[in-house]
Amino acid sequence: MLIQFSLLFFVIFALSRVILQLRQGNLTIGGFIFWIAVFFAAFIGILLPELTGKVANFLGIGRGADVIIYISIALLFYLVFRLTIALEDIRHEISELVRELALRDKRGRRE
Amino acid sequence: MVIVPAYNERKMIGKVLQDISQEIKGVGKVKIVVVDDGSNDGTGKIAKKYGVAVPRHIINRGLGASLATGFSYAHASGADIVVTFDADGQHRAKDIPRLIKPIIDRKADVVIGSRLRDNKTIMPFTRKVINWLSNMATFILFGIWTTDSQSGLRALSRWAIKLIKIRTQRMEVSSEIFKEIKRNKLRVVEIPIPAIYTAYSLNKGQRLSNASHVFWKLLLRLIS
Repeated sequence: MLIQFSLLFFVIFALSRVILQLRQGNLTIGGFIFWIAVFFAAFIGILLPELTGKVANFLGIGRGADVIIYISIALLFYLVFRLTIALEDIRHEISELVRELALRDKRGRRE
Repeated sequence: MVIVPAYNERKMIGKVLQDISQEIKGVGKVKIVVVDDGSNDGTGKIAKKYGVAVPRHIINRGLGASLATGFSYAHASGADIVVTFDADGQHRAKDIPRLIKPIIDRKADVVIGSRLRDNKTIMPFTRKVINWLSNMATFILFGIWTTDSQSGLRALSRWAIKLIKIRTQRMEVSSEIFKEIKRNKLRVVEIPIPAIYTAYSLNKGQRLSNASHVFWKLLLRLIS
């Protein structure tokens, strides 16, 4: 019971952060929908744990908790992949900036 | 135009620039540009003394980024042929005329100086392994075979420079250039060059431990 309340409280807190970030402009509409969906799914899962059990049975997996873990891991891998690509993009952008600075200097002095 | 990407090559940059200057003397309009990749040992200052252009990256970005800067500079300067030349003394300027000939003759868009076509020189075993692994990776990932995917001595036509888009940052650029060659259907030719190894250059070059990191970066480039 207690853990359910704690988790629900945390999820509601997380949802509020997501809304805040959207308003601050740090999240795209797509990102907003994604994270709302994730936390909302968590909310439902915590509120009605029997539901996860039903999903588990449908998928042929033992327990509801196992389903949650499998889905979470797959999701996390995907997110890490996306982050990796984003990092590469940032590296590339930094280099473009450094390049622009290097060449701007030169353009003024070339014959 | 000869592009010399340099990062902390204080000891060798002078000799390298002298070597190149000697070779291109009297050839006419050939310029040298040293891309100073955030060196903090005065490499840029030394290079400027030789009267060459020295665009400087304020922070170190890697070989890939340096070459991309060099290409940008060359293209903006209207260079017809671009040569990439290492700053650590591994290349000989006297190989340049042979290197650019296929481009002048309009037989190729890119010329690679390959150290493995020349049977006369000896390459340290670990280097051979790294090179072979790189050649394999280049072939598997990008579908183009070369006998020396890691060679830094290249000649490219203006057309090639325009089409080749470098996105990798560091040493994986050598393989990425092959990817771009294939993607743009450029004609590539290899000429043999001797492999020059000194304790100095071996220390600075690629390591076997780097291999997985480079492979991963190239894989990312392939799918991004």
